[in-house]
Amino acid sequence: MKANENMLQMPIPSQYGWGAVQRMALNWSKQLLFLLCLLPLARMALLFNEAVNPIEFITRSTGTWTLVGLLLTLTITPLRQITGWNRLLQYRRMLGLLTFAYAVLHFTTYLWLDQFFDLTAILKDIVKRPFITLGFAAFILLIPLALTSNNAAMRQLKRNWGRLHRLIYLIAVLGVLHYVWLVKKDLTQPLIYAACLALLLAWRVWRRR
Amino acid sequence: MLILQRSDILPSEITPQSVFLNRRQLMIAAAALLASEASAAFKAQPSHFSTKDAPNSLKQISTYNNYYEFGTDKSDPAENAGKLKTRPWSITVDGEVGKPRVFSIDELLKLAPLEERIYRLRCVEGWSMVIPWVGIPLASLLKQIAPTSRARYVAFETLHDPQQMPGQLTRSLQWPYREGLRIDEAMHPLTLLAVGLYGEVLPNQNGAPLRLVVPWKYGFKSIKAIVRIRLQENQPATSWNLAAPNEYGFYSNVNPDVDHPRWSQTKERRIGEILKRPTLPFNGYAEQVASLYKGMDLRKLF
Repeated sequence: MKANENMLQMPIPSQYGWGAVQRMALNWSKQLLFLLCLLPLARMALLFNEAVNPIEFITRSTGTWTLVGLLLTLTITPLRQITGWNRLLQYRRMLGLLTFAYAVLHFTTYLWLDQFFDLTAILKDIVKRPFITLGFAAFILLIPLALTSNNAAMRQLKRNWGRLHRLIYLIAVLGVLHYVWLVKKDLTQPLIYAACLALLLAWRVWRRR
Repeated sequence: MLILQRSDILPSEITPQSVFLNRRQLMIAAAALLASEASAAFKAQPSHFSTKDAPNSLKQISTYNNYYEFGTDKSDPAENAGKLKTRPWSITVDGEVGKPRVFSIDELLKLAPLEERIYRLRCVEGWSMVIPWVGIPLASLLKQIAPTSRARYVAFETLHDPQQMPGQLTRSLQWPYREGLRIDEAMHPLTLLAVGLYGEVLPNQNGAPLRLVVPWKYGFKSIKAIVRIRLQENQPATSWNLAAPNEYGFYSNVNPDVDHPRWSQTKERRIGEILKRPTLPFNGYAEQVASLYKGMDLRKLF
């Protein structure tokens, strides 16, 4: 974690020449990644009208992509450690924030389209339904991470930034459990996510030994 | 000499307004008819049991299904059920009966006049539809085979053929799918053996060639592709109850006051609508069926 912070603030060596090319490549690739991350949203918009149960479709889809986003964000560090390609870290903040954007959509769909702001029903859901409780907790925990995903917050929080952002592990676990718990019978899909998460977490444990 | 007269026939007399307003649905039904060689129109009588609610479209009814024999996604059955061979098809009816018998599907169709029953269907997952079934009352079949005094329950079984039903190669549920009713529920005039939908042969994904429809119970009670009906003294084991006994009871009557352990049952989303509507006790059929459960604690016997 500490090492990661330094990477992000790594100075870019030169204004001209090789440095400029690298910076341009980084900018372009970031924009490309941003557009790629919007594809699931475009797909949802296209399929919305065709879906027999559009609200369920949007809820499922935004939930799925939030989980995918969480796992991708957690893949950056192992991938960097394996390939030694430190620049990967430059994409992590964007992935994290886009994951949060999908989580906001997921939560809004539930709040607005599914429950239509029926606060009593929502509170009952949060208290009585374990899978809603977990999902809600994961979403609330994501908020401080999203709010501190900028250079100013990193500077201010110093070492605490890393500590705070370790919450992502808990959030990912809650997110996967949220999925496992809501499925009626066929656990194949949620278990795939659980396996990926287990692998990503195991890598970190193994590296720390 | 040609004398032109102003027509005094209103357009609505030539084409009734209801037909005019439903022209899109008629065209969809016609297209479906052309698309499927096997389809044959049924002559079904209207029934006073039908709801006045507007039915869902054939597309909604036939592309959003729970039918784990063909996969666990709602769209899987429409994609995978085409392979199922629904003819010839026979249904064994035995157990505590005076006259056990094997019926072919054609013999079954002749037991009683076919009726169109437009029923609400409430899924345990919290969505609902309105479906124009075609079928015969289950009672008309049961009367043929003379149940004995020991016939207290009716057990149903779906076809078990993993070759045709690839979902049965997985362990998503215990196969074959099993369901059951108490004999008075089975004899109730609302309980239907459905063979058709929108006046046509049932699409395979909707349970062809023969399925049960019990409109006051959650949808999973309405077992599909039935090959066996057995009358017995003891309460039969049922698939979802075997899978999760604390979540799915034997009765599974639609009941807004008894939540599923993981979600509320007080409201439902009618497919095609945005806002949820309140779920009614016995799915709105309380007047007809509530008396069957007099004195029972429906919180315990959910």
